[in-house]
Amino acid sequence: MSDIVIYSIITLGAMGAAAAIILFLVAKKFNVVEDPRIDLVEEELPAANCGGCGLPGCRAFAEALVKADDISELKCPVSSSEAMAKISEILGKEIPEPEPLVAVVRCAGTPANRPRNNIYDGTPKCSVASALYTGESNCPYGCLGLGDCVEACRFDAIHMNHETGLPEVTDELCTACNACVVECPRNIIELRKKNKKDRKIYVACINEEKGGVARKSCKVACIGCGKCVKACKFDAITMENNLAYIDPVKCKLCRKCAPECPTNAILEINFPVRKQKAGAQAQE
Amino acid sequence: MIHTFPNGGVHPAEDKFAAGSSIKALPVPETVIIPLSQHIGAPAEPLVKKGDKVKTGQLIAKSKGFVSANIHSSVTGTVKKIDNEPDSSGYKRTSVVIETEDDQWEEGIDTGTSIKKNITAGPEDIITRTLDAGIVGLGGATFPSHIKLSVPKGKKAEILIINGVECEPCLTSDHRLMLEKGEELLVGVSLIMKALNVTRALIGIENNKPDAISHLSRLAQDYDGITVKTLKVKYPQGGEKQLIKALINREVPSGGLPIDVGTVVHNVGTAYAVYEAVQKNKPLIERVVTVTGKGVERPSNFLVRIGTPVKTLIEAAGGIPGNTGKIVNGGPMMGKALNNIEVPVNKGTSGILIIPAPEAARKPVVNCVRCAKCVSACPMGLEPHLLMPATEFKKWDLAEEEKILDCMECGSCSYICPSGRPLLDYIRLGKSTVSKIIRSRKQ
Repeated sequence: MSDIVIYSIITLGAMGAAAAIILFLVAKKFNVVEDPRIDLVEEELPAANCGGCGLPGCRAFAEALVKADDISELKCPVSSSEAMAKISEILGKEIPEPEPLVAVVRCAGTPANRPRNNIYDGTPKCSVASALYTGESNCPYGCLGLGDCVEACRFDAIHMNHETGLPEVTDELCTACNACVVECPRNIIELRKKNKKDRKIYVACINEEKGGVARKSCKVACIGCGKCVKACKFDAITMENNLAYIDPVKCKLCRKCAPECPTNAILEINFPVRKQKAGAQAQE
Repeated sequence: MIHTFPNGGVHPAEDKFAAGSSIKALPVPETVIIPLSQHIGAPAEPLVKKGDKVKTGQLIAKSKGFVSANIHSSVTGTVKKIDNEPDSSGYKRTSVVIETEDDQWEEGIDTGTSIKKNITAGPEDIITRTLDAGIVGLGGATFPSHIKLSVPKGKKAEILIINGVECEPCLTSDHRLMLEKGEELLVGVSLIMKALNVTRALIGIENNKPDAISHLSRLAQDYDGITVKTLKVKYPQGGEKQLIKALINREVPSGGLPIDVGTVVHNVGTAYAVYEAVQKNKPLIERVVTVTGKGVERPSNFLVRIGTPVKTLIEAAGGIPGNTGKIVNGGPMMGKALNNIEVPVNKGTSGILIIPAPEAARKPVVNCVRCAKCVSACPMGLEPHLLMPATEFKKWDLAEEEKILDCMECGSCSYICPSGRPLLDYIRLGKSTVSKIIRSRKQ
């Protein structure tokens, strides 16, 4: 009886010892040295895995940050500047202050501005509708209003306004991760420089058709008349393919262009109410 | 023994209201809009400019590249403008707009009604004439026909298959063509046989068109090697892979072409166009279009000039009925709804279908009940229930593995789904995304 116990202990003990030695050797042989800083950096990242940096997830971005000598090209659109400062401290590398951006929807085709001439009853997804036809209005460039961008946003920063049929961005929540820009089949959403008090001035139209044609399908379409280009003192506005574009970096928010636009295609947002000129008041 | 393809398929109501109405030539409209891209491949390059006078049948745009087709003026008149005009999807494409005058045909075109049976052209001539005449597959895919007539090196065509199935419900243009232009059509088939150097041709017709079957069988006795085959009615028998399986029991491999199994498929409309091009020197400037629907006053088959606005056709058939829900370009299974009836008829327009509002509405979408009806309905042996979520959740690798590109968009899955799920909508999106991914991988 006691023999069995002793033999069992010896055999099992020997097997255990052999396994331990093999495991020890294997662990030594295949040891992966991972920079401990990767974990530290990853902890500082937002863990949203949104892909806004262009890499597959936050871990990959942390690895890239640790690996790269010059990290000025690596940008996380979501992290706050404090978090990035901490990362810079951990790594001992300089991180330039990123220019904050915000998503802007460049279409103002509400049902009032852009009459609907048919009803779409297919799959409620912009990508499906866009592949089929021009949409419920005549504008082949405008927002389809089916909310692919809303679905793409991981930060709850974009919502559909059911009255206007257009998506609206909540500037405080938008992290400029680029997900909605990629998702929009019509490339309506653009990331633009964030200004003080969330002020924005931009051409809310991407219709490249000739003026008359564009105007016919939407009241607030850019007709490519070029008046804003003349009004701009900073060369911020360019005209290409019958469409004006305001460069967000060159623009000084002087608001000279908006009143020039005959179709009100240039939107001014979060500005104080414009003082009416004395002449205009007298006329009223 | 009548054959059909073994896998899948559905039986939608046939509703061929216009089957009894003979082909009527529509008067030339006041203006025509001729798109420069009426075919698969590169758009043609315009040869005319604003203000030019053109004659009927004159070449106005030349094919650009190998996969492309010539475009001819379908009317006599003055070029008003070359501009972007909406096509049937509403998106704008470069088109030539011509204001018409009295019809004057280009010299050398035989506009007479006599049938020229005597074939003098050699195989090369036939292919060149097809290319010059701008002939594309008139079954709907609009693939340039001259490419299908020239067999690639190392491959051999054994049998020519002529598609007279017209499995799409409601449409009757091919049916009427077979009845009224049978003799011409058979000469066209002989021409294609000569170009391909084959000795056998099979014309597949579904048994819901007994008149066409008996008419063509009788005529075919005078032609060597042409046999008319009766097929059991089943949608989508007109798909070329299904037709090959049904007629000669060969299976085109995934991603392959019919020529890989020694056959070439052409539509009856294409055969007729080849006859006109070779024997009559007439380019492809008109085609037969069915205008039909439940509420339509006079369901008709019209011979119309390419570029005629759809509106003109609908007016000729009695106008839009009161309770119309959708106007569809094509048939009820594969057609797409139009959002503008000013768009022109092009080479691929086989029919205009007007659907009353109650029938046009989509079924409400509910959850998938895993009944697998879509799997048994799919004629390509795919699993639509799997392809739809693969697209929805962007699993492109899975979609590619599951052969999403083999889908021919027949719509049998969406038709059969008891939960009203938009299977084809997603699969179509998945197909275009996956082919984009594959293309970018090759670069």
